[in-house]
Amino acid sequence: MIDKKHIGRKTTPQTVDVEKGRLKFFAKAIGETNPIYSDEEAARAAGYKTIPAPPTFAFCLEMETNSLWDNIAAMGVPVGKILHGSQSFTYHAPIHAGDQITFETTVSDIYDKKGGALEFIVEDTTAKNQDGALVCELQRVIVARN
Amino acid sequence: MAVPSFDSVNVGDEPIHLETEPVARATLALYAGASGDHNPMHIDIDYAKKAGESDVFAHGMLVMAYLGRSLTDWVPQTAVRSFTARFTAITRVGEKIICTGKVAEKLEQDGEKRVKVELSAANQDGQVKAAGEAIVALA
Repeated sequence: MIDKKHIGRKTTPQTVDVEKGRLKFFAKAIGETNPIYSDEEAARAAGYKTIPAPPTFAFCLEMETNSLWDNIAAMGVPVGKILHGSQSFTYHAPIHAGDQITFETTVSDIYDKKGGALEFIVEDTTAKNQDGALVCELQRVIVARN
Repeated sequence: MAVPSFDSVNVGDEPIHLETEPVARATLALYAGASGDHNPMHIDIDYAKKAGESDVFAHGMLVMAYLGRSLTDWVPQTAVRSFTARFTAITRVGEKIICTGKVAEKLEQDGEKRVKVELSAANQDGQVKAAGEAIVALA
């Protein structure tokens, strides 16, 4: 069983660059053909400052901080046992190519079901841009299969 | 792309539909690289077998990215206030994902006219892989 002492565990805030090439690559990987996600001119014509990050990309940026891997390692949960249970995003402002986003992740809950056969790790993350504005809040639930 | 008017959207409307190509191993390799999620469970069959799986399987977030595409095919992304998905089944290599969405509720929140859209991503046989919802601000 995961020790509940990890509830409240916080990462040191880490800042990640939003790279234009990475956004283009991501659009290709998910089959996104809307040109605003890969072409600066199309993005500007649609009213964006430059290429915006698609709706789930904040999760990818946050993965760069390694908080998920650091947290499960600290809890003694092997990578091969985890599944992604759920994910949510609350959006406050767009994230664009060229932004620098600072993430801070807190383990907000750990609980189990089925007599401990499944354990759930809830992590809440704030994402702020280079101006200090909160752009997105994320919640990730990871399931450990015992 | 214009934001649809609140009055033009009704509870029960199904404005979202997206069908993907079957998920290939190459899809998973590209997604691993582009997303930064390098968990070997999704790209290394030897690792997956050692962990007791029969094969690699898709990142849940790939399926959520497809749901995101289906959403921004309908409304500009700047209209999306929140977006949630629960992963209910593993997506295997060779499965297609079909995203659908139904308007479940019309509401006024924070001075905006919004709708709650229930989202589903299922395979070609109707097995639901992810279920979720989005709150979208309309004009």
